Amino acid sequence: MAAIVKRRKERHLFAWLTLALVALYFLLPLVSATEFSLRENNGTHGLDAYRSILQQPDFRDVIMLTLRLTVISVVLSLVIMVPTVTMVHLGAKKYRRLVEFISLQPLVIPPIVLVLGVVNVMPVSWLGSADLLGFEYVVLAMPFTFRALDAGLMNLDVKTIVDAARGLGASWLTVLVRVVAPNLKSGIFGAMFLTIALVLGEFTMASLMLWNTFPTWIATVGQSDAALSVALSVASLAFAWVLLVLISFADRRRKA
Amino acid sequence: MSNLTQSTVAAGVRPSRAVRRQRAMRRARNVAGLFPFFIYTMIFFGAPTVMVVVKAFQDQKGHWTLANVAESIQTVYFDSFVESLKLSFWSASTGTIVGFAATYALLKTGNAWLRKIVQTAAGVFANTGGIPLAFMFIAALGTYGMVTQWLQKIGIDIYGGRWTLFGFSGLLIVYLYFQIPLMVIVILPALDAQKKEWREAATNLGASTRQYWLHVGGPILFAPVAGAFLLLFANAFAAYATARALTSGTLPLVPLQIGSLLSGNVIADKANLGFALGFGMIVIVAIAMSIYNVTQKRAAKWLQS
Repeated sequence: MAAIVKRRKERHLFAWLTLALVALYFLLPLVSATEFSLRENNGTHGLDAYRSILQQPDFRDVIMLTLRLTVISVVLSLVIMVPTVTMVHLGAKKYRRLVEFISLQPLVIPPIVLVLGVVNVMPVSWLGSADLLGFEYVVLAMPFTFRALDAGLMNLDVKTIVDAARGLGASWLTVLVRVVAPNLKSGIFGAMFLTIALVLGEFTMASLMLWNTFPTWIATVGQSDAALSVALSVASLAFAWVLLVLISFADRRRKA
Repeated sequence: MSNLTQSTVAAGVRPSRAVRRQRAMRRARNVAGLFPFFIYTMIFFGAPTVMVVVKAFQDQKGHWTLANVAESIQTVYFDSFVESLKLSFWSASTGTIVGFAATYALLKTGNAWLRKIVQTAAGVFANTGGIPLAFMFIAALGTYGMVTQWLQKIGIDIYGGRWTLFGFSGLLIVYLYFQIPLMVIVILPALDAQKKEWREAATNLGASTRQYWLHVGGPILFAPVAGAFLLLFANAFAAYATARALTSGTLPLVPLQIGSLLSGNVIADKANLGFALGFGMIVIVAIAMSIYNVTQKRAAKWLQS
């Protein structure tokens, strides 16, 4: 009996040891990056790199462009995907598989291949506008927006509430905005946050379409100022992680 | 309205013309509601993709040819496919093994609090990629990185030999940062579904731990683990940003080759070669994802009952 208990304890010890090693792999780069970003020229540590972020000449332009792309992608994503996924749950059930299939395809076509097609197929006047990048981000986000909204609608008897609203004389727009959307809050927030995280981190398409967004800017800065680019990386990771942790909490609340 | 329709059908009475017309209109309206989605994806996703596939089989004057595809699997370009496949294979298999071990260990501890933390962290880390990830590792394992300096202090100079963070094995270490969490996310539900009863039944019938894993647990987990491996494989194969930032194009990987062809760092008559490379990538990822779908269906069948 004692032998069995001892063996079980050993096994638990082994499990904790495995987890500790994996945790070390994930924490070391984080700690390193924080330390690196705090390094100053004279061998001391301080907030110099973070302070200099705001003084960069193109900081304002980069942030404005990135914000603009974020707003375009989030708004357009919702305008296209919320009615589509609602329709699919409502009457066009036959098309659910087709819509799901199409929405998941951006996972099969790598962004590097998509951008190759985009710069060759789009009219030059469209390529001259950064907004096209935002339009493409809607596509890249589709696998995530579809899943988030689809999961949200699964938990909702959408047919009943829509029939009720329609029966009371609401227009389709009213139904979508004032009946479906409020009930789909967590799904919509999930889709929004994932889209934001995507736009703030996307490098492939932005750099090859020659737009200076936050990620491409970090890469450019990195060629001349390592501490600054690491500081920017830490800041952008921290921001994205806060968003993603918020999603996971929203998710848990929905399941509970 | 719909209740009324159903009861009419149930009674075996043919629905009246008005009801049929209303139904047809409803169907038409439902399909019409999907039009914006179809048109949008056709313009911003379908057209570029079709463009890549068509141009892969055309020369620059628009004549059909197999020359691009033939060249894309020769010389340097063949090497880059091999290098990309190697990197994807090793990062996917290491990610699968480490992710599986971590998930198994997590369930073994039976700690609900830890489980929540790991689940949230995995969701966050799996989405960490690109430029910030590359710089994080430069800060850790780069020439002046913190870990590099620590190791130097205890007498280990990782840059003493030929190793560098900016080569194949360096990239492999960095890729694991998003591969391991992805594995944890994918495999946790499958490992969770391993029923205690199966283990107990096997033990009662006299099976040893080894026999249980060989004949019961192993075969059941095979489909989900194989599926997870393929997902990780496709994930690594498509990655561009991290590799671009770390190797600045010195390592021949297919995405990097496409990138440099696209930014025009190459002679003009090779322009259509990029499309052939892109087509090759689509084919490889599509094969991996199709097998993944098959394994998922098999896994669902096993885990449902």
